[in-house]
Amino acid sequence: MPANRFNGFNDYGIGIGLRVPHYRHILEKKPVVDWFEIISENFMVDGGKPLEVLDRILEQYRVVQHGVSMYFGSADRPDRAHLRKLKALVRRTKTRWLSDHLCWGSVDGTFTHDLLPMPYTFAAAKRTAEKIRQIRDFLEVPICVENVSSYAEFHASEMTEWEFLTEVVELADCGILLDVNNIYVSSKNHGFNPYDYLDGIPHDRVGQMHVAGHTKFEKYILDTHDHPVLDPVWKMYAHATRLCGVTATLLEWDDKIPSFDEVHDEALKANRFIDGARQHAKAV
Amino acid sequence: MHAPKRLQSTADLRRLQRLMTHALVRPLTREGGLQPEWIDGRPTAEVAAEFIKPNDRLSSFERLEIYNRMYWYRLVECASDDCPGLRALLGEGRFGRLIRAYLAKYPSRSFTLRNLCSRLPGFIREEPRLTSPRTAAAFDVARFEWAQTVAFDGEARPAIEPGELAGAAPGRVRLGLQPYLSLLALDYPVDEYVIAVKRRDALRSEASHAVGGDHGARRLRHVRAPRRTRVYMAVHRHSGRLYYKRLSLPEFRMLEALKAGRPLGRAIAAGGARVRPERIREWFSLWAKLGWICRKPPSP
Repeated sequence: MPANRFNGFNDYGIGIGLRVPHYRHILEKKPVVDWFEIISENFMVDGGKPLEVLDRILEQYRVVQHGVSMYFGSADRPDRAHLRKLKALVRRTKTRWLSDHLCWGSVDGTFTHDLLPMPYTFAAAKRTAEKIRQIRDFLEVPICVENVSSYAEFHASEMTEWEFLTEVVELADCGILLDVNNIYVSSKNHGFNPYDYLDGIPHDRVGQMHVAGHTKFEKYILDTHDHPVLDPVWKMYAHATRLCGVTATLLEWDDKIPSFDEVHDEALKANRFIDGARQHAKAV
Repeated sequence: MHAPKRLQSTADLRRLQRLMTHALVRPLTREGGLQPEWIDGRPTAEVAAEFIKPNDRLSSFERLEIYNRMYWYRLVECASDDCPGLRALLGEGRFGRLIRAYLAKYPSRSFTLRNLCSRLPGFIREEPRLTSPRTAAAFDVARFEWAQTVAFDGEARPAIEPGELAGAAPGRVRLGLQPYLSLLALDYPVDEYVIAVKRRDALRSEASHAVGGDHGARRLRHVRAPRRTRVYMAVHRHSGRLYYKRLSLPEFRMLEALKAGRPLGRAIAAGGARVRPERIREWFSLWAKLGWICRKPPSP
C-alpha cells in the first residue's frame, strides 16, 4: 500500500515539514529531500513573501499540503471562502493529496485554533464523513484525515477512537494520515494499548504517516513536536509499516526547531524501520 | 447550558462543542487555571464532569483545564510574536492583561492566527484604561505592527509603470494604491522605537547564547519609549522585504486621496497649492518605481 488512491498513487518516501528557520538553507543549499509538507494556512494569503518562497520551493521539490483549520468534525458547515482559498493553493502546489485532522476547533464562527477531540459517536462520524466528502468534491483532490493527540474523552462516546476513525474513513471513503506519535500520546493519556489501535484500523487506507516528539509531564503527555522521536514511537512506526506497507512518512518538528540537517537526519531514521518492513514483507 | 446526555444529531454535537468552547475561552484565574465557578454559578467541576470523563490521574476539571490553558498560552504567544513593540512598550504583565481582555471581547473569527491582532488598535481605543497613560503610543504601535502584517503578505495588484501616466488626463484618471501598503498618521515615531526593540531583542537572544550571557541580556533591557512627534508614514514591501517610509504631509494627503479612489487631479490638489509641480512629478515617479501605484480596484 505504499502508493494508493488516497495519496494519488504516489510513493513519496521520507519528508519533513517546511519551516521558516530553514528557508534560507533550503533555497541556497538545495538539499536533497524526498518531499516537503507545508501547513496550508501559512500560504493561504493574498501575496508577499510566503507565496514567493513557496513558488521557489515548488520549482525544486514535491510539496504536500497539510491543514490545521478545516475542522472536519465541527458542527459548522464548511466555509466557502475558506475552501476557495484552499483550492487556489491546491492548484498552485499541485499537491497529490491533502490532509487535515479528525477533530473540531471552531463553532458558530469562533476559532479556538486547537485540534479538539471528537466525541466518538455514530452521529458525529456520519456528520464528519459528510463534510469530508463535500470538501473533497469541492477541492478535487484525495483527502487523508489525521488522528489527533488528546487529553480528554467524552462521556458521550460510543466506541474507541480507532473504531471512530475507521467509521469515518469508511463512510467518507477517504484515506488516513496515521500519526504514530499521536496514538502513543493518547494511549498514555487515556490508558489504551496503542498496538490495538494500529491493529484495528483499515491499513489499506493509510496514505501517509507522521512521526514526532512529545513531552512527558507528571500526569499526562503533551504532543509538543519539539524533540526527536522517542524510541517507543519508532517501535510503533516499525509495526505500522509492517501492517500498512512502506508509506510516505513525515517528521514533524515545530518548536525549538534545530538546524535543517538535524531535522532531516532525524526524519531519515525512518529508513531503518522501513528496511525492516521490507524484509518482513519478503519473508511473508 | 448543559451537556447533551446523548449525542444523536448535529444539533447535539453543536451543543457539546459550544459548551466546550465556552470553557476553553473563559479567562484563566490569577493562578493560571480554569475558573472554579461556571457562568451560571455552578461549580465548573460539576459542569466538566457532565461531559468529560476523568481518568486515574486527572479529574474532568483538570482535563478541561489543560485545553483552557493551551488556548490562552497559544493565543497570547501568537499576539506576543506579532506585537514585540507593544509588548516592550507596556511591559510583559500589562501586555498580557491587554491581550487577554482583547481576546475575551474579540475571540478569533478567522481560520488563521495571522488575523488575530487585526482589531487590537481599535480595542486599545475602546479600553484606554488598559494602556493608560500610554494609550496614544500603544495605539500607534499596534497600528504600525498590524500594518507590517499587511505589508508582509497582503495582496499585490499589477503596478502601473512610471511611463504609463504620461499624457493621462488628471481630471479623469483614477488610480489605486497597493492593498499591502498602509498609510499611517502617527503621534509617535514608532518606527524607530520598534526597530530599536527588535534590535535589542536580537542582541538579547545573542547574549543569552553566549557564556555568562544572562548579564549581557540584562544590560540590554531598556529601550526608551517614543516621544510625541507627529510623523506620516507608509508601511510597504519591496522585493520581498518590509520597509517603512516617512512621508511629508502633502505626500501623505495625496496618497490618502489616491487610496480613497479620488481622481488623479483631486488627489494632487489634496497635497495643497504650495507644492511645486516638479516635486509632485518626483513623488509620483518614486511611488511608481516602488510599485505602490496600481489601477483603481474594482468596487466591492
